[in-house]
Amino acid sequence: MQLLFSQLLLGLINGSFYAVLSLGLAVIFGMLNVINFAHGAQFMIGAFVAWIALTQFGVNYWEALVLAPLVVGALSALIEVSMLRRLYKLDHLYGLLLTFGLALIAEGVFRNFYGVSGESYDVPDQLAGGVNLGFMFLPLYRGWVVVAALGMCLAVWFAIERTRLGATLRAATQRPDLVQSLGINVPLLMTATYAAGAALAAFAGVLAAPVMQVNPLMGSHLIIVVFAVVVIGGMGSILGSIVTGVGLGLVEALTKVYYPQASGVVIFLIMVIVLLVRPAGLFGRQA
Amino acid sequence: MSDASASPLLARKGTATGAATRAARALGDRMMFVVLIAVGLVAPHLAYPTFLMKVLCFALFASAFNLLLGFVGLLSFGHAAFFAAGAYVCGYLCREFGVTPELGILAGTVFAGVLGVGFGLLAIRRSGIYFAMITLALAQLVYFVELELPFTGGEDGLQGIPRGRLLGVLDLSGNLAMYYFVFAIFLGGFWLIYRTIHSPFGQILKAIRENETRAISLGYAVERYKLLAFVLSAALAGLAGATKSIVFQLASLSDAHWHMSGEVVLMTLLGGLGTVLGPSVGALTIVGMENLLADKVGPWVTVIMGGIFVVCVLVFRRGIVGELRALILNRKDEA
Amino acid sequence: MKSKLLIGAAGLAMVPMLLVGAAHAQVADGVVKIGVLTDLSGAYSDLSGQGSVVAVQMAIDDFVAREKPSFKVEMVYADHQNKPDIAANKAREWFERDGVDMVTDLVTSSTAVAVAKIGKEKDKIVLVNGAASTRLTNEDCNDVTVHWAYDTYSLANGTAKTLVQRGGKTWFFVTADYVFGHSLEKDATDVIVASGGKVLGSAAHPFPGTDFSSFLLKAQASGAQVIGLANAGTDTTNSIKQAAEFGITPKQTLAGLLVFITDVNSLGLKATQGMYLTEGFYWDMNEETRTWSKRFFDQHKKEPTMVQAGDYSAVMHYLQAVKAVNSDDTQKVMAQMKKTPVNDFFAKNGRIREDGRMVHDMYLFEVKKPSESKGPWDYYKLVATIPGDEAFQSLSASRCPLIKK
Repeated sequence: MQLLFSQLLLGLINGSFYAVLSLGLAVIFGMLNVINFAHGAQFMIGAFVAWIALTQFGVNYWEALVLAPLVVGALSALIEVSMLRRLYKLDHLYGLLLTFGLALIAEGVFRNFYGVSGESYDVPDQLAGGVNLGFMFLPLYRGWVVVAALGMCLAVWFAIERTRLGATLRAATQRPDLVQSLGINVPLLMTATYAAGAALAAFAGVLAAPVMQVNPLMGSHLIIVVFAVVVIGGMGSILGSIVTGVGLGLVEALTKVYYPQASGVVIFLIMVIVLLVRPAGLFGRQA
Repeated sequence: MSDASASPLLARKGTATGAATRAARALGDRMMFVVLIAVGLVAPHLAYPTFLMKVLCFALFASAFNLLLGFVGLLSFGHAAFFAAGAYVCGYLCREFGVTPELGILAGTVFAGVLGVGFGLLAIRRSGIYFAMITLALAQLVYFVELELPFTGGEDGLQGIPRGRLLGVLDLSGNLAMYYFVFAIFLGGFWLIYRTIHSPFGQILKAIRENETRAISLGYAVERYKLLAFVLSAALAGLAGATKSIVFQLASLSDAHWHMSGEVVLMTLLGGLGTVLGPSVGALTIVGMENLLADKVGPWVTVIMGGIFVVCVLVFRRGIVGELRALILNRKDEA
Repeated sequence: MKSKLLIGAAGLAMVPMLLVGAAHAQVADGVVKIGVLTDLSGAYSDLSGQGSVVAVQMAIDDFVAREKPSFKVEMVYADHQNKPDIAANKAREWFERDGVDMVTDLVTSSTAVAVAKIGKEKDKIVLVNGAASTRLTNEDCNDVTVHWAYDTYSLANGTAKTLVQRGGKTWFFVTADYVFGHSLEKDATDVIVASGGKVLGSAAHPFPGTDFSSFLLKAQASGAQVIGLANAGTDTTNSIKQAAEFGITPKQTLAGLLVFITDVNSLGLKATQGMYLTEGFYWDMNEETRTWSKRFFDQHKKEPTMVQAGDYSAVMHYLQAVKAVNSDDTQKVMAQMKKTPVNDFFAKNGRIREDGRMVHDMYLFEVKKPSESKGPWDYYKLVATIPGDEAFQSLSASRCPLIKK
């Protein structure tokens, strides 16, 4: 029993990462119809920005939580304007391939400078230590991860589904021409959306830095899982990604307890089943 | 119904070709084969045979992939699964049961084809991005299965696969003998792809790619054709993988990793989507580049690959062979 | 058409074989080429990696300066990224195309096992220092491979045995999921059971791993007194860090079954004090080790691990054998190497057995408390010296097909 609860709690933590990451992906796909393969790299760069900022410039964790998303967001905006934009009129798959290439570049550059064994990023002092929950000792930092990640998810969901900005975004996804004719700068909106999605990834990266080792491959491990999450949740559905992300973290944890060899596979198995039964995903809207 | 963007990656307008142009093209193709065979026969005396064998395996792999992408318009991001399945099955049979290499390779190919049926039945109904994602997920399933199964050796890989004796007679441990065997396999696979493309079956595939709805309205069982193409592509990818496992005497998890799937997309894109020779040219370029640069620039190889990807997608979408073709055709028009 | 091709191919294949056939009673081309195949950027790069390259170059330079041989010695090196397919292909390329005569270092057991096979096929010498798995001298042994520095049996015999004797009777393993981890777990289990202890279970983590929390929690739930870490390098250091994070230590004892001085350096004495570990070399043991290590430190800026020191020792022994028989013929050099005892700063009374095991003394160390340490890298105190014949698996228990029973 003790093992089950502790693993489930770990699963919740993992699930929070999945949720935040898939949120960024879902936003980008919903708005731009682009599968952002570079999402894992943006996650990784976020973590590295935090680490470099700490070790070279003494920027602390809390400042990094703001700095990294800004830096990565700005970089990504540049990419959108200079490269991604040209591909919108073409088949969606080109966007996927472009971002795939960019991910390779990012991974390669960082790998070259930092190797793959990873740099350690210490838990900030304010969050050190832990609390004894009875069935396990929960490090405070991991509890914070759940709170921060899910809090961010909620905030983004609210912004998109309940505010006017969100309504504009949603309208622009469906009828960009109409929205443009209403005087709204749709290309700017798209750039901003891509940058925001990337910033979300970077935010997750900073959250992850003390938990996983900051290394160039940290994103590529996660990205495939996160794809599965987005597809299961329904590509473009914000709520779908959040719920599925957390849910999958829990399912993965359960598998680790009862059938550990399958823990890597279970997410993809679920994705296949969902796609067969509900092709648009659990929460997806039919295009 | 699936995503409306069932639009093919390469929408080409129908070309009205006269009999003269067709004859010219047939001659050109025959010449291509002659040159290919000639170069292939001589090559091992000019370059390191193991390198050439690697190129041939990947050229076959990329050509099989291109059959699906360039001619049917389906981007499979999980083709590494077939490559690896072929490699593991062939390797296991040859090492544990002393099966001769040609039978092992055959078994690997067949197994990959069967796997292709499984994947295909699950994925064919979707297209575009959904199709890519499903194939990716299925390939990940295969990756993890290969990691966990006891006989695959997990992280260590399947090692010590014997070169064996072809047909029980010809010892393949020497590089030259092995090379010619691999070259023969490549030619066989390549010829099969060529014939498929230029057959009535291939024409129907092209029709499906250009306007699926019309093909359906004309009464073609579109799903069945797509599935067939998928299985063929999978089997040939398995053939490439099985051959590779004999050449390098090793099958490992890297064969099933999605990076491998990405690499074959790159080779096809760089060489020329939808052209017959393109993927092979792409394979030669990428493998050659990896070889040349690995010692000099080490980890920058990934960066360069990524860079090529980006450049190709942005400004070089027709790929090497595609651009050359366009150049030649333009020249002819002007003449 | 195809049959003609086959016959032609067979004929052509004969020709190069004829040319290469003649055996030389000389060093071919007057050059001895040594290949260092290691992990330059991954989980094990600290304990081997660039330091190994430095050590091998030192050996070559010292040999040439001291012995003034009639042949040239060159070194090439490459990063196998801990992947057996990359290692095997690189070794094959080196042997077939680049005239490399011997490959060394080979950290990560899966790469060592793969390259040992290639070495046997191409009849080239393989001197393994980095890898640990005892399979190299048992199931996967051959007559061209020498397992030089250490192996999982000696580690288990040192660390695991000591811990059981000091009261750690129940164990749970956190294991790297590849040949090394499983080998270490098995050898340690054998020792634990033989010493009267019990193994409650194990959890295998992917290699390399980053987040060990779920595996460590399993270990915690088992209630075992000792959690054995059957992994190495950054896997070990991260496991230790995360165990502290989750409050698993100090209630349960963490046993690092393979710990290098570089790991202790990166974790710090506070986290590692009191830990027992088995190593084959320590820079501060005697005057000889200190002298050599100082020269190494001047170049690499870190004290050497047993892998790096072992690389030097192995290469020197190899080069001396080549000079003695005046040939780089594998069988001749191997025979000479096996005939000659190994007596240098790395090993005293060392010898290479028929199964390829280089038998030498191993040492059990305890990590000093921060107060006991006089400065950086002053980390170990010697608890016991385990003589070679006791430290390593006896020949009679060997599963190596080369040993006639």
